[in-house]
Amino acid sequence: MTEWLNVILQGVLIGGLYAMFAAGLSLIFGVMRLVNIAHGDLIVLAAYVALMVTQTLGLDPLTSLLLVVPAMAIIGYALQRLLLNRTLGDDLLPPLLVTFGLSIIIQNGLLELFTADSRKLQAGAVETMTYQIGTGIWVGLLPFIQFAVAVAVIAALQMLFYRTALGRAFRATSDDQSVAQLMGLDTRHVFAMAMALSLAVVAIAGVFLAVRSNFDPAIGPARLIFGFEAVIIGGLGSMWGTLAGGVILGVSQAIGAQIDPGWQLLAGHIVFLVILAVRPQGLFPKVSG
Amino acid sequence: MSEQVRYRVEHATRSSRIGVGLIAIVLMVLALAPFWGDRQMLRLLAELLTFVALASLWNLLAGYAGLVSVGQQAFVGLGGYLLFAMVILAGVHPIAAIFIAGPIAAAVSIPVAALTFRLRGAYFAIGTWVVAEVFRLLASQVSVLGGGSGVSLPAAAVIAMAPTRQAREFEIYWLALALTVLVLAAIVTLLRSRHGLALTAIRDNEVAAQSNGIDVTRVKLIVYVLTAFGTAMIGALIFLMKLRISPDTAFSVNDWTAFVIFITVIGGIGRIEGPIIGTIIFFFMRQTLSDLGSLYLLIMGAVAIVVMLWAPKGLWGLIAERYGWQALPLQRHLVFDDTAPRSRDKRA
Repeated sequence: MTEWLNVILQGVLIGGLYAMFAAGLSLIFGVMRLVNIAHGDLIVLAAYVALMVTQTLGLDPLTSLLLVVPAMAIIGYALQRLLLNRTLGDDLLPPLLVTFGLSIIIQNGLLELFTADSRKLQAGAVETMTYQIGTGIWVGLLPFIQFAVAVAVIAALQMLFYRTALGRAFRATSDDQSVAQLMGLDTRHVFAMAMALSLAVVAIAGVFLAVRSNFDPAIGPARLIFGFEAVIIGGLGSMWGTLAGGVILGVSQAIGAQIDPGWQLLAGHIVFLVILAVRPQGLFPKVSG
Repeated sequence: MSEQVRYRVEHATRSSRIGVGLIAIVLMVLALAPFWGDRQMLRLLAELLTFVALASLWNLLAGYAGLVSVGQQAFVGLGGYLLFAMVILAGVHPIAAIFIAGPIAAAVSIPVAALTFRLRGAYFAIGTWVVAEVFRLLASQVSVLGGGSGVSLPAAAVIAMAPTRQAREFEIYWLALALTVLVLAAIVTLLRSRHGLALTAIRDNEVAAQSNGIDVTRVKLIVYVLTAFGTAMIGALIFLMKLRISPDTAFSVNDWTAFVIFITVIGGIGRIEGPIIGTIIFFFMRQTLSDLGSLYLLIMGAVAIVVMLWAPKGLWGLIAERYGWQALPLQRHLVFDDTAPRSRDKRA
């Protein structure tokens, strides 16, 4: 029994990481209806940026966030302004294919620069510290920090969306882009800010991913899929929904892995497909598709 | 009132008559390839033909029906695995297995469509990718087919196809040519039919098509199932050529989707000629740049982005718009049978 409680608890904690993958994806979809196929590869890019920062400056991975987050946000702003804004319009193909091309470029660029070797960020003692919270139930400090950060990120995004001028601009462009423009909003800038914010979240997710497990240039697409599944499970457009979606995905994978290691990913996908079949709008939908 | 305007719909134009003539010549040359090409040339041509077929099918799906899938590797891999399963477990002749794999994959595609069609636009794209991942993970659970490490086609089954290695290579090459021609002919026939007119309308404007009474979802479903049918047959053929299959090669997103998208975008999406031109460019780039390793893929991604942004209709799109060419008779134009202009007094 406690064994299963442990499994579920680990699943919940990893769900926080998936929620961070999902939040960035959901944010830009909400604001500009853009699905970024390169999202997973950008997470991996953030992990490599953190690797460079920690190696050259000798910083602790968690401290490196102070540099990685702004760096990724700037990349996001530039990416949107210079490239992705050109793809937006009624036609669905250009953003999809351009981000698909971007995904190939990032993967192979990283491969060229860093080879296919697995890397990992070393966070020191914090990685191995665990606390007993009940008989036979243990929580690692790092997974706990990761989950707490995920909750904080989602709460912050929620605040930003509903309490700030930038959030109002996001919601206005999301509701009606041309009216927002008529009201004096520069949508090109608003979209670029949304992408900057999305990649700031990606940076946090990337660093935690890199501390938690090995990474190499090819693992991006799988992270995109996890994020996407969490978005759809949680319901489009709902920030807290993405957290629930991430947790459900994490728990499904943990239970699948406990039954048979080969079933870890499969269990997550199957739960996603079942939810798509019985409740296609997701568990906590906000906007319709 | 009684007098009717006589007209008929013509597809052919001067360029399409030239185009059809040229295609006939090229097909003759290709059919005779075993007599003028060496072994390496045959292999290259067969691979090129399978990519023409895969890209044409993806073009039908994405370019005409607006179903941008990044998960067609699901059906390539399914076709491959069905062939290996039938040959290894049931002793079916490999060539027969190709033709059985098609309908089975089409049947599988119906429940897949029922799920993925719930997602719109770009989310549909990622949904199809999840399905392909599920297929890959399931394939690695099937231990009789080698699980995660894959399996080779038994030598006995290979020898049963033809006694000598040369005869086998000729057979496979002609099979690739025949299947590709079959796929292309099916697409052309579809596009010239009523459904084709509906598809072209959907391609140009989905809302307008729907308001003209086209059942858009039904047409899309038909295209999705037909594409799965063709893609699985080509997939079966590809892995019959490779003689070995594993989950990672069968369901590879790079090989069966990224390359195929690149080919279609470069050549010209939404036009039948696009994938053919694109495949030739892709193979030319691959032969010249493959020494660069991962840089070559990086260049490919960059070229795809540049084309998508600055020439979204691809190379053939540029040509077709500039000169009004079409290589195959697909456009429709009205031809009035009596050329004399009608006037009111004549009718009165």
